[in-house]
Parts: sequence; C-alpha cells; structure tokens
Amino acid sequence: MTRKKTLSVIGKPLRKVDAMAKCAGETVYADDLNLPRTIYAKLLRSPHPHARILGINAARALKLDGVFAVLTGEDLPQKFGIMPSTEDEEALAVDKVRYAGDPVAAVAAASETLAEKALGYIDVEYEVLKPILSIEEALASTEESQRIHTWNRRANVQKAVSLEFGDVEGGFAGSDHIFEGTYFYQGNTHLPMEQYCAVGFYGPDDKLTLWSSTQTPHYLHRALAKVLKLPASRIRVIATPVGGGFGGKSDPFSHEICVAKLSMITRRPVKITLSREETFYVHRGRHPVKMWAKTGVKSDGTIQAMQYKTFLDGGGYSSYGLASVYYTGALQTVTYKVPAYKFEGVRVFTNKPACGPKRGHGTPQPRFAEEIQMDEIAENLDIDPLELRLKQLVEANSVTINGLQISSCGLRECIEKVAERAEWKKKFRKLPFGHGIGFAASAYITGAGLPIYWNNMPHSGVQIKLDRSGGVTIFCGSSDIGQGSDSILVYAIAEEFGIDPADIRVVSADTDLTPVDLGSYSSRGTIMTGNATIQACGKLKPLLLEAASEALEVPADDLEFADGQVRSASLPSRGISFAECVVKAEGKHGTLGATGSYWPPKNPREFKGSGVGPTPAYTFSTAIVELHCDSETGEIKIDKVWIAHDCGKAFNPLLVEGQTEGSVYMALGEALMEEQIFRKNGLHKIPSILEYKSPTTLETPEIETILVETIDPEGPYGAKEAGQGPLLPVVPAVSNAVFDAIGVRIHEIPITPDKILRALEGRLKAVSIPQFEFPAPLKWQPGEGVKVEQKS
Amino acid sequence: MLRLPEFNYIQPRTLREATKVLADLAPNAMLVAGGTDVYPKMKRGQFAPRHLVSLRGLRELKGIRQTKDGLWIGAGESLTAVSRHRVIAKRLPALAHAAESVSTPQLRNMGTIGGNVLVDTRCNYYDQTFFWRQAVGFCMKKDGQICLVAPGSEKCLAIASSDTAPVLVSLGADVILVSKQGERRVKLEELYRDDGIDYCAKSQDEVLKGLLIPKEALGLRNVYLKLRRRGSFDFPILGVAATMDLDNQGECRHARVVLTAVASAPKVVAEAATLLQGKKITKELIETVADAAAKISHPLDNADLDYWYRKRMAKVFTLRALAQLAGLELVA
Ligand SMILES: Cc1cc2nc3c(=O)[nH]c(=O)nc-3n(C[C@H](O)[C@H](O)[C@H](O)COP(=O)(O)OP(=O)(O)OC[C@H]3O[C@@H](n4cnc5c(N)ncnc54)[C@H](O)[C@@H]3O)c2cc1C
Ligand code: SF4
Repeated sequence: MTRKKTLSVIGKPLRKVDAMAKCAGETVYADDLNLPRTIYAKLLRSPHPHARILGINAARALKLDGVFAVLTGEDLPQKFGIMPSTEDEEALAVDKVRYAGDPVAAVAAASETLAEKALGYIDVEYEVLKPILSIEEALASTEESQRIHTWNRRANVQKAVSLEFGDVEGGFAGSDHIFEGTYFYQGNTHLPMEQYCAVGFYGPDDKLTLWSSTQTPHYLHRALAKVLKLPASRIRVIATPVGGGFGGKSDPFSHEICVAKLSMITRRPVKITLSREETFYVHRGRHPVKMWAKTGVKSDGTIQAMQYKTFLDGGGYSSYGLASVYYTGALQTVTYKVPAYKFEGVRVFTNKPACGPKRGHGTPQPRFAEEIQMDEIAENLDIDPLELRLKQLVEANSVTINGLQISSCGLRECIEKVAERAEWKKKFRKLPFGHGIGFAASAYITGAGLPIYWNNMPHSGVQIKLDRSGGVTIFCGSSDIGQGSDSILVYAIAEEFGIDPADIRVVSADTDLTPVDLGSYSSRGTIMTGNATIQACGKLKPLLLEAASEALEVPADDLEFADGQVRSASLPSRGISFAECVVKAEGKHGTLGATGSYWPPKNPREFKGSGVGPTPAYTFSTAIVELHCDSETGEIKIDKVWIAHDCGKAFNPLLVEGQTEGSVYMALGEALMEEQIFRKNGLHKIPSILEYKSPTTLETPEIETILVETIDPEGPYGAKEAGQGPLLPVVPAVSNAVFDAIGVRIHEIPITPDKILRALEGRLKAVSIPQFEFPAPLKWQPGEGVKVEQKS
Repeated sequence: MLRLPEFNYIQPRTLREATKVLADLAPNAMLVAGGTDVYPKMKRGQFAPRHLVSLRGLRELKGIRQTKDGLWIGAGESLTAVSRHRVIAKRLPALAHAAESVSTPQLRNMGTIGGNVLVDTRCNYYDQTFFWRQAVGFCMKKDGQICLVAPGSEKCLAIASSDTAPVLVSLGADVILVSKQGERRVKLEELYRDDGIDYCAKSQDEVLKGLLIPKEALGLRNVYLKLRRRGSFDFPILGVAATMDLDNQGECRHARVVLTAVASAPKVVAEAATLLQGKKITKELIETVADAAAKISHPLDNADLDYWYRKRMAKVFTLRALAQLAGLELVA
C-alpha cells in the first residue's frame, strides 16, 4: 500500500472543526434545543443524607394547573449503574435516599417555574437515619442496620481488593532504608461550565430520542433500554456538544431517565437543565482517598519493594467505583522499576454524592503519595530527586511487575527537557526561603484496555461515506466534550486522502446514525477512533487507486493522495482531483463507503481485576513547579509550571498543548483550593461556583508545555493520549515545591494557607489511616518470557 | 436554572418620585440599583420583595466631582466608574482598589457604590438556595429562629462584606440620605450596626443619594488590603483599610484603621488613633495596634477558610497596612 513518508495534516496546528461555532456562540448545546411543545422537568431532591422513604404523595402537585406528570421511585424501579456488576442506582429513590440531593420525584410542567413550584406540593415522609459521612465511620459501621446498601457483602464496604506481585517481603527485607508515609487527597468535582441538561422525546412513532450532554451515549443507550424496558432498537441517544465533561458526564443519570419516562407519559418533548447546585450533587468526581505508602530502597535509592493501602470515600453509590479502587493501585509501577509490589484498596459507601471518574480517574491520588515519597527518599539519601528517578526509569518495550506492557516511553526525555527549561540545577535547594521549586513524574493510560461490559466487539467503530462532490462524511459514536474528538476524525481522513479538512463532515455521537464508540473516557478517543478511521480509509484506498490508475495510466503503486489529488508520486503533475477520482471509482465499484474498527491489544494479564491498568499505550509526564510561599500568611503564589508530556505524536500540537495546559490548570485547583466538602448534617458545604473555590484564568500562572514525541507503534501516526496524564505530576510537584520553599512537607491537598501555617508551627497532624482488614492478597507474576510484541 | 420569582418593577424618573413610591410601598418594597446582590438573592429566596423600586437612571444619584466640602460620589455610580475616576485613582488608591476588587468586571459595571456600602451581610448558612437552607434548617436571618453558626447567640452574626465601606469609613465619609421627609447627612460609620440582620441604621424609606469624602481626607495616605482565596472574584474574608498622615518630622498626625469581615459591621480599631497619633511610628507601636485589631476581630465558622486563620490575618494585614503607610520595612 502506498503510505506517504511525510505527514501533511497530522502534527499541524489546525483550528478545531467546531471552534468557530463555539467562539461565535452558535454551538447548539442541549439547553439550546427548543422543540415545539416542549415541557419542563424538575427533580425533587432529598434534604436528608440518609433516610427511609415512608411515603410519597404527589396528589397536590398533580392538581396544579399546568403540571403534566409526576414520577416517583415506583415508576422506575429497575436498578442501573455504569458497571454491570454493581448496578445499585435508581432513577428516583425507591425506598431509601443515600445522600442529601438524591432525587425522589420528578415533575413535568408547562414551565420550569411551575415545575419548581410543583415540587413544593409533593409530600414525602422520611424516617431519618444516621448518616455515615467519613471513611472511618463507614468502616466502623458493621451492623446490618447501618448499611447504606444491602447488596454488598460487608456492610458499607463496596469493594476491597488486595494484589501482590513479586517477592514483597523479600524486597523490603533486602532494603537499606524503608520509607513510610500517610497521605490524603481531598475529593473535588469537575465543575464543567455547562451544567447537566437532557431533552427526551417519545414520538408518535413510538420511538424515543434522548439528547443529552453526555460523554458516553452508548452506555446511556443501554441503561435507558434497561430501565425504561424499551427495546434498545427503539431508542436513539444523541450526545449534544458537551460543555466540559472531565469524567462527570460518563454515567447514566437520573435526570436523563426521568425526562425519557416523562415524555413517554406525556408524549411531549421534556427538557431538564440542572442548576449549578444540583451539578454539585450529581458529582461523580474525584474520590477523597486516604493512603499509606511504603517504599524500600537500597542506599543508592533503587527501589526494592513498594506497598500501598488506599481508602476511597465512594459516596452513596457505586458508579465507576469498582474501577476506581483498582486504579488507585494500578499505575504506581509504570514510572520506575519496581521489582515487588503490593496493593490493598477499599472503597466504602458514605452518605454523600457518589464519586466517580475525574480526569486521571483514581490515579492522581496514589501518584501524589508516590511522588512526594520519592522526593523524601531523595532528600534523605541526599540524592537529587531527578537523579534518583533517572537511575531507575521503566524502559520502552518492557513489562512491569504487575504485568503491564509498556510500549513507547519518553519519560527520560520528559525529565531531561523539563529540568533544562526550568533550570532545575540552578534553582533546586538554592532559592531563598519562601521561594521554591518542585518536581514530579507520572504515567497514564491511553484508553482502557477493556470495555465496561464484557463483549468481544470493537471498542470503536467508524463509517466513512465518499460523496461524488469529493466531500467525505465520517460517522462515529465518539462524543466531543471539547477535547476535539470530532477534529481528530477529520484530521485522520484529511491525512489519508490528502484532502482539505474543510471538505470533511463529521456526524458523531448519535446511536441511530453512528457506529458504536464506547465514549469519551479513559483517554481512549484519539487512539481508538484514529485507528478505526485509518482502517476505514485503508479499505477505500484500493478502490480509489484502481480507478485513478486506470484514468491516469499510472501504476497504482506509484500513486499518492496529496494536495486534494490522486497523483503520480514520481510525476506529480500527472493527477486527478480527489472528487474526480471518487466519481470514477463510484462508476466502477458502485457506492463508496467503508467501516473501520478498533480493538485494543489483548489483556496481557489474567486475574480478577486485571482489566484495570492495561492499555494500548502509556503516556508519561513530568512537571516542575516554581512558587512563592508567604510564611506569614501561608499564601502560595505559583510563578510558573513547566510540563513535559510524552504524547507519542502530537496529532494537532495546538490541541495537545490545550489539553496539557487545561490539565495543569485543573491540577493547580486541586492542589491549592478545590474541595467537595460536607456539613456535619451531610449537606454539601459550598455548592456554588462562588464558594467552591476553583482557580480562574487570573489565578493560572504561566505554563510552558514541552511535547515529547515517541511515535508509539500502537497509536495512529504514533499518537497517545494528552487529556488526562499531564494533570498527575503537577499536584505532587506543588507539594514538593512547598518543601523546597519553606521546609515543610504537606501530605494532603488542598494545600491551603491555614495548613501552611499549621505545618510551619508543627501543628499539622499526620494523616490518620483507618483500621481495616483487607482480604488475603491475590498473588500474580507476569508469565516467564512475556514479551511485548514489537510492531514497526 | 434558578429563576427569578414574580415581582413588580417600578422605575421612577426622579429621586423625589422614588422616595414617594418608596414611602407608599415601604414594607413590601425594596430598592434596587445594580441588582448584583438583590437579584441573585431573590432567586435563592433570601429576599422576597413584592415591589422593586429601581434607582437606575436617577440623575440625582450620578456624578463624581470635587466640591468645596470634598469629593462627592453619587450612590448610583458604578464600581468601575469609581475605581477609574482620575481623582480617586490618584488620591484615594485605597478606594480605587477596594472598588476594583469587588467581584468581576461584569458585576462592577452593573454594581453601584451605593449598593456596595449597603450590601447585605454574608454567612455560609444564609447565602444558599432555598432548598439548601430548608435542608439545613432555616436560621433567624431568613425564615428561621436560631443562629446556626452560634446556636446560643441572640443575634445574627453574619459578616459585613462590603469592600468599599471600610475604606470610606477610614476616610471619614458622610452619607446623604433622602426620604419623602427630606434630606439628612450622617457619618457613614453611624449607619452600621453590629447586627447581622439589622446591619443598617437607614430607615426603609430612605434612599442613599451619595457619599461625601471630606477634603482633608484627600491628603491622607491610604491603603486597603483584602484577604480572599482568589484575586479574581471573591468577597473579602478580611479587609483592612488604613489612613495616615505624617508631618515633616515623621510624627503621626492622624491614623485610622477599619476592618471588614470580622463582625457584622465595619470595625474601627480605636488603638490606631490613641497609640499612634502624636508619635513617631515604630514597628513596636504598629504591632500593638495590630494586636488590638486581632483582638476585636471575631471571625466565625461561616465564611471561607478557618476562623483562627482569619483572626491571625487581621494582625498580619493590619501590620502590613500600617507599615506600608508609614514607609516602614517589615523584616521578618
Ligand atoms: C459573585 C459575586 C461576587 C461579589 N463580590 C463582592 C465583593 O468582592 N465585594 C463586595 O463588596 N461585594 C461583592 N458582591 C456584592 C455586590 O455585587 C456588590 O456589593 C455591589 O456593589 C452591589 O451593588 P448593586 O448596585 O448591584 O446593589 P443592589 O444589588 O442593587 O443592592 C444592594 C442593596 O443595597 C440597597 N441599595 C442599593 N442602592 C441603594 C441606594 N442608593 N439607596 C438605598 N439603598 C440602596 C438595595 O436595596 C439592596 O439592599 C458580589 C456579588 C456577587 C454576585
Ligand atoms: S450568623 Fe447565624 S443567624 Fe446569621 S445568617 Fe449565619 S446562621 Fe443565620
């Protein structure tokens, strides 16, 4: 097959395909949809974090003029949830509420104001139960009566896992120094600019259409079929452009199911837009995690063994929790050579909004612990923290002790480059008191290796249609959440066919029209949809080349797709336009279209829980943070962040830089101020965008992004992820920089000014770790001779 | 989204008309200027006026000009206009900075200085939606009986949160209040009461026409330091306004320190005048004043960041404000 040596589109800083509409305010988000005869829904939410529902009476609400329907739990009793083995959510609480904000009823009315008013006419009788609000309380509440859910084995323990790889005991025994520490990573939320919104319409054709701001239309499609008890073939889910997701729009949600059901009853389009406050209640954000980390090293700093215990505060429902708990132990081994590794993790239920995946899903927390501990090891052994890492980096084409297969690896280059740009050697431990610099490194996945529900179908599918005009349309289930997944499809086609991106149309995230893509989560988009697109183009190329070869009388193997033409590579003046070529090919072969699919490589491991961690390719990031810390006020000012990211190949460097900067920004918010916190009565403390402190552009420092390209064999054109990984090193780098500035270690985030003062006065308590008996570990060794298949 | 409840909107054309309408509708009416505090609070059910009497477009409330008494600032001037005014930017940087530190550019374009000095007191139990307040149990500031921050307290302890108020008090500003009965002029500081509900001594039918900053104040050194998490758009969780005048020998002729967000009213630190006036400013002296500032600060667990921290910062900020005015270097 002809394959161009140089790339003409990939690697260019092109404008995103949807950029102009967004800048002009013309993007049609879910809340901008206005179908004729639309009515409006509102959810009645529980004021109690934990209560039994003794009775609900909606009669008074139904009598109001303009109220069309009211739903309660018994109308939608089917449980659902994103992970098939932990489906424990109800669209509306059936007999129990599990957090303050848990929906108990839904109203559809002629206006939003009326729907809101009607909520006040629904009478709910509760029997208030004692809420469980912390990890410690959850673990201590072992009695049946204290259970939040009944399906799980141990009261209020959703999942406890224990895995052991290699000779951990021997590793610690053979170590010259052992480092132990406890850490706390506070929970925080995604805070997307666009609040949740969905429109449901059950049409006269007895088909349901749901428009929603969702990252996972396919999983939502399945959940709707299940809960509404409709054949999936009669449901169409359309993901509208998502105004920020970050993982928060990856579950099927109550409001989505309710508008669908309300439309089935009223036969009118039903719209719901959640308020900012409600968005805090829906949550699914970062888990608060308490951690205990232990590392054994030789006197030269080389790691002999590593052990982690993690305690996740899951909130009221499972959501992605099963994956989250495994993720808090999955990737610690992917940056440095760790010959023996043990991980124990537990996720508990508490009466708070459910946690779920937020950018980095379960990995920023242990990475925070790991990178601070590395800094402490370096400090103690008097080794430069970068040197400590450089002497034991994982290598390309290697397998970690927990069986993860690393293909490309640009970690060394990331460390060296970021150090050089930040002038690390000149600054580290040399800046005056109050001024500091800190470093951290990390690794992340490029797409989960396994789907969320077991199946052997592709993870991503595309369909391409060639038009006689020379225009190309691509259909793909992926949902653009601002990261640019629509643009990726366009760039890949433009590259393959040598045509102008402007001649390509994208139809995405519509379950009626587009082949399944599992969704915008786990940084899977570019690698999976990109590969599927290249495959589909590859199927069409022979047809096009055959036609062009005949027309031009040039052998097919001398033809290339370039500059909007199919032409002779040796004699570029001999060519026909792409449109002409399509016309000829269609005349010869009939209507032109093709599909492409992508399956990630087979899971290299085989044990329970092994699905979390494997990926087609790992990315690597390093960060250096320079900051000032006022020792009288405890205030921190970030001066600059240098971030290096091994993205494989920058599909579009502008987008990769955007994702990287966005990650840094989000990480700084988590490191310094963001907290999803609750009152003693279980109510969210600060459910507003004013009081939930998140940095704005004005608080964001200068960010210098360094892209490292390693051209991964599995990635399309070598590309790996960029949307999540760069968040990880920034948070521990802030803590390490604080130590360099003022000499105190802060093992918990957010690092607020009062904590700084406490730490300076020796009053900051060490993070306490709950008592818990983990199950006996599952022991596993990567098989002898497991080798990474080398592709070229 | 949160929706505004129904209300009558009345737009008088003159100040006289406004005072008349207000007198007629008084208990059920509320004034609205920029609406940046009023409207969000109506959405959250904290305010539920039947009628809103708008002050927008009243010429009598406009203008910033120097008069023989001092500097006149119309209550209807936007915070943007105040912060950018030539004389204010040059002579009263504390006021310019305070006005400029309120919220975001959009809100400063809408928000007025009159609305700012009269802005409602704040509390994390009160500045919440109806749903939230109902869930937590209403407090006495709205719909309830007790104080949730200090359940033993007889009065509401919501926090004075205006940025310009402490600065204007430190400058000795007067306010001009107009009602159907006529006009009166009082010291701004006399307008405030240390009571989170009844925080303002203005009667319901009075309109704040404007502020007058005395001529002498234009010659004072002045500064405003604001504590908050984000420089971009947070309310003060502590504000320290200070003014000072030194003679040629460096002796202090005048010193005033006013705190905000430490009680339900701006607090004057009396020690600034008693300890500093007639003396050469030293580090020790201002430290004593700073200690006094911390002493009268009573932050509670109803705003951002720990209250012990905010109390501690009252000292640090007062020290820094005074040192800056006196030109002292504070070496730690
Ligand atoms: C997100 C956000 C952040 C904010 N941050 C800050 C901040 O950092 N610092 C700060 O000080 N404020 C802040 N505010 C509050 C508010 O925006 C400002 O105080 C603003 O100056 C209020 O002015 P306004 O004209 O909008 O007042 P309005 O909302 O119109 O009125 C406020 C009050 O004053 C009364 N009033 C207004 N004008 C008159 C008059 N001429 N005579 C008599 N009564 C009158 C009204 O009846 C009402 O009680 C913030 C508000 C928001 C929403
Ligand atoms: S201080 Fe007390 S009474 Fe006042 S608003 Fe807060 S909780 Fe309510």
